[in-house]
Amino acid sequence: MSVLVYIESKNNKPKKNSAEVISYGKELANKLSCELTVLTINIDESTELNKYGPDKILKISDNSLNIFDAKKFADIIFQAANKFSISHVILNGGVDSKYLAPMLAVKFQAGYVSNVIDLPSKLEPFTVRRTSFSNKSFCDASIVSDKKIISISNNSFGSLENPSTPEIIDFKPNVIESGLKQESLDSAKDQITIADADVVVSAGRGLKGPENWGIIEELADTLGAATACSKPVSDLGWRPHSEHVGQTGKPVSTNLYIAIGISGAIQHLAGVSSSKVKVVINTDPEAPFFKAADYGIVGDAFEVVPKLNEKLKAFKAENN
Amino acid sequence: MKILVCISCVPDTTSKINFTNNDTEFDTNGVQFVINPNDEFGLTRAMWFKEKDGAAVDVINVGEQTNDSVLRKSLAIGADKALRINSKATDSFQVASYIANYAKENSYDLIIAGRESIDYNGSMVPGMISEMLDISFVTNCVGLEIENGTATAEREIEGGKETLKCKLPLIIGGQKGLVEESDLKIPNMRGIMQARQKPLTVIEPSEIKIKTTTNKFYRPEEKKEITMINSDDLDRLIDLLHNEAKVI
Ligand SMILES: Cc1cc2nc3c(=O)[nH]c(=O)nc-3n(C[C@H](O)[C@H](O)[C@H](O)COP(=O)(O)OP(=O)(O)OC[C@H]3O[C@@H](n4cnc5c(N)ncnc54)[C@H](O)[C@@H]3O)c2cc1C
Repeated sequence: MSVLVYIESKNNKPKKNSAEVISYGKELANKLSCELTVLTINIDESTELNKYGPDKILKISDNSLNIFDAKKFADIIFQAANKFSISHVILNGGVDSKYLAPMLAVKFQAGYVSNVIDLPSKLEPFTVRRTSFSNKSFCDASIVSDKKIISISNNSFGSLENPSTPEIIDFKPNVIESGLKQESLDSAKDQITIADADVVVSAGRGLKGPENWGIIEELADTLGAATACSKPVSDLGWRPHSEHVGQTGKPVSTNLYIAIGISGAIQHLAGVSSSKVKVVINTDPEAPFFKAADYGIVGDAFEVVPKLNEKLKAFKAENN
Repeated sequence: MKILVCISCVPDTTSKINFTNNDTEFDTNGVQFVINPNDEFGLTRAMWFKEKDGAAVDVINVGEQTNDSVLRKSLAIGADKALRINSKATDSFQVASYIANYAKENSYDLIIAGRESIDYNGSMVPGMISEMLDISFVTNCVGLEIENGTATAEREIEGGKETLKCKLPLIIGGQKGLVEESDLKIPNMRGIMQARQKPLTVIEPSEIKIKTTTNKFYRPEEKKEITMINSDDLDRLIDLLHNEAKVI
């Protein structure tokens, strides 16, 4: 029995959520009294991962893997799992990991549970809690197959320091062919993504039009936040679809979610409710979002947001 | 071109989420079931292939008889044929196996599923089918064009988009962007009449073992009372976010 954690990388560095999945993997390995192995692909420097307690780090360096390909990556994780007698594979909740996970499940003939938020409450049968109905509820799911795969919902478990001195192993997998060829990649290099951000500033139809998003972007800038929007805002073309959050858009589980001019419809709340702290700014004291938030301001976004931004700037200047 | 659209039947997004049977089952009482929104974008995209190149479009669902009305709606929107694999869908591996087995026997050029269902949010079925059939897979798919047996698909990634090319067959996990909200096809009277004559075939599967079970549901904890802050007192908000919530 052994636990394998696969971490994603960006610009040859571990992604931020690596700390959380490795911490989870370590706690699980302790529960199972087995080793924790971390698999990295094209990560130059892995020492920072030692903080979270891996026993082994499998390092793959291969230029043909610089472009993510779910089929190739799933096969590599499968090879690593076979070679190191892995019983449990842990993935993060990022889009790439969730892309490859179901393929890996079939190769590995493993039961797979996604959106897991906690350690197993039972090992026989292996039972974990996950979110369901777009965060409107949770459920306990059991994996009844021998091999098990889970992906952890971002920001649900946190990170735990548990330093170790892992054995570093160079791993040279056989890279399979994939039928998919990347034609182009269009990605903002320095932009903070909704998945990665600690703070998300989100705005709705209350902003009246795309020309008014300046105050939202400035506030996001001050807070080092990603910007998001409600569904009608993206349907109207005021903001790109990639910013649409909610039940039918992206899920948000960040530390601080600021909702400006968003009424708080059930489908919107479903997607953002797992964020830890929610602040609402709305002119209508009856807006349903006030029932689901931690802090609320009844006020006009066009007055409150610029003022708040100025004050936050001063606060940041003082506290950094 | 032969297209198979996978349809998941999910509670309408405004449904109250309640559970019965000691919180082991979703309470369907008074709940209206609809086509999973992510699948609905895919179904409309399939209709465009049909209008343009005369593609044949089948829809498939793994579920019980109560799902037939949703399949009829898919037929009314314009699908040619509906298939229901008669099994309570509880485990993604089993659902994917049933669909993959059917697809294998009926060789489709394109299979369209949704990125995730909005009830269980697994993001599992299309990826599993791709591996079972050993065909290309693009998830979070926000654009798809097909020319002479070659597909160009756009995938949404964190902070951007990538464009991928592959030969058919292909399976996608679709979402909004594949078509726009305003493009969604709504059944008209003629479609509804025609749907009554179209075949809805029920298939009894040979049982495949499940790998996961769902045991018990829980409701989220009650939210603590909101703290209201006067719009003239924004310093207080900053103070609370810093000292109480510790998020800035
Ligand atoms: C199947 C389905 C799926 C859906 N999925 C999603 C989803 O994933 N995500 C999503 O967001 N929605 C979703 N919706 C839509 C949802 O039902 C709401 O229509 C939507 O969230 C409302 O967006 P809004 O809050 O921006 O707009 P509105 O509801 O129009 O609210 C605007 C708010 O702004 C406030 N306001 C106005 N002026 C100001 C001002 N000057 N300053 C401050 N506040 C102001 C108003 O008081 C109001 O509360 C879905 C709907 C359906 C049917």
